Amino acid sequence: MCSASVQPVLQLAGIDKQFAGNPVLRGVQLNLYPGEIHALMGQNGAGKSTLIKVLTGVLESSGGEMRLSGQLIRPDSPLAAQKLGISTVYQEVNLCPNLSVAENVFAGRYPRYGLSQGYRIDWGSVHRRARELLARIGLDIDVTQLLSSYPVAVQQLVAIARALGVESKVLILDEPTSSLDEDEVQKLFEVLRRLRGEGLAIVFVTHFLNQVYAVSDRITVLRNGAWVGEWMAKDLEPQALISAMLGREFSVQTAVAGAQRGNTQNEPALLQAQGLGQAGRLLPVDMSVHAGEVLGLAGLLGAGRTELARLLFGLESADRGSLHMRGETVQLSNPADAVKHGIALCPEERKTDGIVAELSVRENIALALQARLGLRKFLSMAEQTALAEHFVKKLGIKTASIETPIGLLSGGNQQKAVIARWLATDPKLLILDEPTRGIDVAAKQEIMEEILRLARDGMAVLFISSEMSEVVRVSDRIAVLRERSKVGELPGGSTEDEVYRMIAAGNA
Amino acid sequence: MRHRLAWPMVTLLLLLVVNVVFNPGFLHVEWRDGHLYGSLIDILNRAAPLVLVSLGMTLVIATRGIDISVGAVVAISAALAAWMIGGALVVQDGVAVHASRFPMPLAILAALAVALFCGVWNGLLVARIGMQPIIATLILMVAGRGIAQLITGGQIITIYYSPFFFLGSGYWLGLPFSLFIVALVFAVLHLAMTRTALGLFIQTVGINPVAARGVGIQARSLTVWVYAFCGFCAGVAGLLISSNVKSADGNNAGQLLELDAILAVTLGGTALTGGRFSLVGSVIGALIIQTLTYAIYSLGVPPEINLVVKAVVVFAVMLLQSPEFRATMGVWMVRPGSSEVRA
Repeated sequence: MCSASVQPVLQLAGIDKQFAGNPVLRGVQLNLYPGEIHALMGQNGAGKSTLIKVLTGVLESSGGEMRLSGQLIRPDSPLAAQKLGISTVYQEVNLCPNLSVAENVFAGRYPRYGLSQGYRIDWGSVHRRARELLARIGLDIDVTQLLSSYPVAVQQLVAIARALGVESKVLILDEPTSSLDEDEVQKLFEVLRRLRGEGLAIVFVTHFLNQVYAVSDRITVLRNGAWVGEWMAKDLEPQALISAMLGREFSVQTAVAGAQRGNTQNEPALLQAQGLGQAGRLLPVDMSVHAGEVLGLAGLLGAGRTELARLLFGLESADRGSLHMRGETVQLSNPADAVKHGIALCPEERKTDGIVAELSVRENIALALQARLGLRKFLSMAEQTALAEHFVKKLGIKTASIETPIGLLSGGNQQKAVIARWLATDPKLLILDEPTRGIDVAAKQEIMEEILRLARDGMAVLFISSEMSEVVRVSDRIAVLRERSKVGELPGGSTEDEVYRMIAAGNA
Repeated sequence: MRHRLAWPMVTLLLLLVVNVVFNPGFLHVEWRDGHLYGSLIDILNRAAPLVLVSLGMTLVIATRGIDISVGAVVAISAALAAWMIGGALVVQDGVAVHASRFPMPLAILAALAVALFCGVWNGLLVARIGMQPIIATLILMVAGRGIAQLITGGQIITIYYSPFFFLGSGYWLGLPFSLFIVALVFAVLHLAMTRTALGLFIQTVGINPVAARGVGIQARSLTVWVYAFCGFCAGVAGLLISSNVKSADGNNAGQLLELDAILAVTLGGTALTGGRFSLVGSVIGALIIQTLTYAIYSLGVPPEINLVVKAVVVFAVMLLQSPEFRATMGVWMVRPGSSEVRA
């Protein structure tokens, strides 16, 4: 539903935001019209998260103005923003898993009765109204069950229902589809379209281009904290969108650059697992990786890819089978052992398992190498600085300085720093578990190209990704897992369909 | 006021000024009986055990842990040394003679060894068994007093062996000997932090133990060593204390020392949540507490409300050091400006 003559329900103009003198947003504008889905696009570090935080009262802008239905507003806390009618659904959902669905929908504003209106909670009303709100978005579930008993997709819809319950005028969805599968994404889009029809203004932040075009009416692009432009989705070509985000010409690579490399399988395997397994986590798996090849691990959520990676890195102890490096049996009882043998692992959850938030970028990058060198062979400040600067340049890590605490960097740059940390140890085998999750298109491409470059220079790479297109594009061989065991292998250059067919066929 | 140590130093300065105001002779130092003499020297000497324990506590807190057993370890160490040296006044031919049941060096080593063992015990409970640090060290905090009482036989052992007094009340090159012990420990720590990766590893373990393991740091061994060192520091402190008061009291030695140490670490700028730490900050924090105690005594505050006064002052200092509080004060001091609708 387009709106040339309708007034925007939320208008941001000239928004500035500085962090200790560093401008993070400069003169940003955003126009949200009722009954529209508005996609907010930009690379990592472009300022999308900061803008959302200004919108929702987490941060206060340093300049510019916000108008809600024409009235000037300045929310100074998330509660204030909510009271104004601006609600947010976060990627990690941010509700209370230990409370019931109905309790979550009404948390903080339970309908009450009794002495001076505050004494007792009207549970009947809570449950009835929660059911009504969920019905508005087409969800029919038992609202008395714990939120944690429902999958993430349902939890997100509950968060949306909560936003509806507070009579929101604006609904912001920050990366809602990262943890959803295809069916769940479609269900979410149905809900969004229904809400759009009711006149809600929806802001949709995502990295997935095809989703942007599937559901948005309008697109705003940010780059390096500045406003680039606002277009109607039907008027903007994908190529043009990416160029706007990057500020340069860009073509999406479709060529399978990896499969052209020579077959390196004649040499003995760098790493070979025979019947490697762990009770309750992974059934016995046989696999091997050779120097100079990229082995992709394909599978759906829960297939056991991360479990296998953790066994190969010593984070878990295998209780079945054996591991061999160049023919010699090795026992990996902790990551320090694995590092000594030249294995590196970039974990799946970089925020909780990867970065050391308060330490600087320099310290984070030097960390793995220092751990391998041990206590006494201390890398001097000069050596650490040189190392950090080398990788900041090589991987294009965007940071104000190498002394910035890594927790302040955007997700994509944090990921690059974690990869840099492991590259600094010059590993023989690099295991990458979901290295491109939550990263924008250009950075994804950079990382994939880096993977290919590393393999060409002789490194063995184990690549895990939920995006099948990536796995298929960059791997020399693909090991397919399903429900905690390996069901087969495919050569590089296979299509996504062939991989899905193998998963579906099971142990065929 | 950007430097991390700015506020602790300002606090210390303020306390010194308060002392000078109420006690004009406070800054007076003179040479008497072959050594320096004065209030400042006194403070430094009495602060030595607290500084030591605070240094050990800093590393433990940096790993996101805590050790509330240090007071008990002080008592154990003092009790063992006193017992081994012996609490009897030996008179030969009408003259008091220096006699010790075991050679003094052996007594000192034994006390330190037991203190180290206590630290290892704590470290194993936390690192190997995975107990929460406060619970793990609570065990020794309670049991330790009992162990100290067992050693002393329920009595206060008075030490008559004068060579032992040198540790806590002796002077060398004009300054209290205890200062040199503290300086030595600090120097070793400083070298370890600047010449090895120890500081980096400890901070990593404190900020993100999962990432620390994932990067190849032997987090468990490191934790055990950190608690062991803390126990060791408490052992040295125990020797200094018992040497200073010439006795070992299983019940009262090191009473509430752990709280003072935690306070010193926090005043010095290290957060209880672990991660970045400052050894110099903890030293300043310990000096703050000692100077405060001195001020309270010299002001003639009745002993009953002694602790309350201390608590109030510490509360005020923590408020001033809190960035949120200072921001709130800043808001009150600035006039409200815009005409925007404040939702």
